[in-house]
Amino acid sequence: MFVTVLFALLFYVATAIFLVGLGMRIARYARTPAPLKIPTTPAPTTRRGVVVRMGTEVLLFNSLFKANKWIWLFGFMFHVALALVLLRHLRYFLDPVPTWVVLIQPFGMYAAFAMVIGLAGLWVRRLFVERIRYISSPSDHLMLALLLGIALTGLSMTYLWHTDILAVKLFFTGLMRFELNPLPTQPMLLLHLFLVASLMVIFPFSKLLHAPGVFFSPTRNQVDNPREKRHVANVKWMIAVEKPAASADQ
Amino acid sequence: MANFETPELQETVEIPALKQDVMSHSRPFVAKEQFQAPLGFPGELADDWKDVAITKLGELLKTNRALQVFMDSCVKCGACTDKCHYFLGTSDPRNMPVARQDLLRNVYRRYYTLPGKYFPKLVGATDLTEEVLDQWYSYFHQCSECRRCSVYCPYGIDTAEITMATRDIMNAVGKGQKYSNEIIGKVFKIGNNLGLPQPALEDTLLGLEEDVKDDTGIDVRFPLDEKGAEVLVVTPSADFFAEPHIDGLIGYAKVFHAAGISWTLSSHASEAANFGLFIGSNENMKKIAMRIREAALDLGVKRIIFGECGHAWRVAYSYLNTLAGPFDFLDPRYPVPQHICEFTHDLIQRRVITLDKSRNDHRRVTFHDSCNVARASRMGDMPGGQFVIPREVIKAACNHFYDMAPETIGEATFCCGGGGGLLTDDLLELRVKGALPRMSALKQVVEEHEVTHMAAICAICKSQFSKVLPYYGFQMDQIISVHQLVSDAIVLDGQQ
Repeated sequence: MFVTVLFALLFYVATAIFLVGLGMRIARYARTPAPLKIPTTPAPTTRRGVVVRMGTEVLLFNSLFKANKWIWLFGFMFHVALALVLLRHLRYFLDPVPTWVVLIQPFGMYAAFAMVIGLAGLWVRRLFVERIRYISSPSDHLMLALLLGIALTGLSMTYLWHTDILAVKLFFTGLMRFELNPLPTQPMLLLHLFLVASLMVIFPFSKLLHAPGVFFSPTRNQVDNPREKRHVANVKWMIAVEKPAASADQ
Repeated sequence: MANFETPELQETVEIPALKQDVMSHSRPFVAKEQFQAPLGFPGELADDWKDVAITKLGELLKTNRALQVFMDSCVKCGACTDKCHYFLGTSDPRNMPVARQDLLRNVYRRYYTLPGKYFPKLVGATDLTEEVLDQWYSYFHQCSECRRCSVYCPYGIDTAEITMATRDIMNAVGKGQKYSNEIIGKVFKIGNNLGLPQPALEDTLLGLEEDVKDDTGIDVRFPLDEKGAEVLVVTPSADFFAEPHIDGLIGYAKVFHAAGISWTLSSHASEAANFGLFIGSNENMKKIAMRIREAALDLGVKRIIFGECGHAWRVAYSYLNTLAGPFDFLDPRYPVPQHICEFTHDLIQRRVITLDKSRNDHRRVTFHDSCNVARASRMGDMPGGQFVIPREVIKAACNHFYDMAPETIGEATFCCGGGGGLLTDDLLELRVKGALPRMSALKQVVEEHEVTHMAAICAICKSQFSKVLPYYGFQMDQIISVHQLVSDAIVLDGQQ
């Protein structure tokens, strides 16, 4: 019961920090003006074009592909795998489980291996490529360790030390209704959950902010139309001297 | 020539092994009070400079979304580490874009993030000290704000934005760069970067009219401050007397003459460049940009056209409407502003002007995409027009054109090595080394296609290459203006 209460509190707190922290950060990005047009050109000249550009950036890591095929390979592998694994985990939170979540289960299981390979590849590069080792701080290594820890503890429960997954599901669906159901005390499970909660807490204060950040990056999300449409923003140096004359535009 | 070694030209771009601190000695002269004051900056470090710097950083974070997002988003993936020409040319790891950014980011983390406040070592956060300020001064003056790194960053992090912000902070605490700030002062006082007053400018232009008359027998005019002209031409002041810039200016004049479109230069806005961009000072950038609006209103022109200048075109294309607009008093049929290449290209397309390519048969030409034109602006209607239109103009003016390797042109183009406020002799070592990737690519087309000339559309590129070409065994006059090719090829009625 102690473990159950402890983890229930842990997940409430972690979720709150994650949501509030991330929300505040996103609000900050959204509120901060982008005073000048700075898309990295050639850039799309229409809003629709920007959606396509952002899509290829977020879904295919287009710029990274241009930059470095190895980082792209490992990074892409890790992110796609992570997405699949996360979607697969929806079955522990949704009742009844939607058909599509059932259908992706096998992919999600293989994805866990891809995730480990991707993370390991990135870490090997961080350790052995001189340039990347140079730019790494301890937190960059710890972040990889944390993600790898989550992946490996998860895998171990799938293949080595099975846990009472139905009880886990009851625990989490209970949390969502503010009910306490007992959490199995299997060490691998507790470690897995602790690491996940840590990740959620760290998220709004770390480089994981690249996830929302990319959508707010002016070099990628601005339309290249400064001559056609006057771009103005609410910043002191811009409006101090003159009256604004046209509507604001991204 | 100087106390450093010119790097050896390479077959392809080679990534060097890291050599820590080899460029830490490279720093431009610091601006004295006389150059700081006209821009509204303190003349020297005050006792409370740290607080001022940290407060200024906080202000910038609140007023520049790019800076805030870029400070948070970097994951240290390493994609940018081999993309900077200054890193490739110097091997100094702090010239890797991410490492340069981290000089500011580590301070940001220390003062503006929770982990940096409580676990600085863990996240690499550092206190702002005089030593850090010195590193800023050194390495944020080893970035030419060329944006090559931003092309490859998965989040579009643009080191140029971070360099500009840091230079803005340094100016706010009284540690400004002499070269840029002195020049901005001249623009405010006299009207252009070179400090060329109106009478001297008038003399120069009259001299040019005589030169062209001697050369062609035709009265091609170089009008100054002529009210009621159709077009205001704003061009970098180097075009008035530096080589090879001046041949470009002669080219513009011939194009206007042949097309029969009236134009004028302005002594009030006798400078296209806007160094406010380089030092990240929006206030100064706006003030400089306003001169162009004032000149256009005063002269009653209908169009504004910019001469060949890279970062000037960035400020013109991307910012002028924001900084000095709206331009609803100009002819709405034309974009504001236009690039001289857009103008000439259109005239060629419509057969208003005729070019005789064979007059350039003694030249085999390649084209250097200037960084700020390539990655911070556009020409024409379609994305990438900034690559197509200048090449179309060149190809219409000469028979032998060869591009350099694809990974060194277009959006991947390498900076000349002198952009972003670094075109000063106190940074010569940096400029020579930073030119390595471009010089290597040039050598390749020289060997493969017997290229004799490299054309460019940027005053800084032209000055920089004139200076550094000889270090790599080329001739200084191998760099030419695009409109020099036009000038030599254009067919003028009644020409002797």
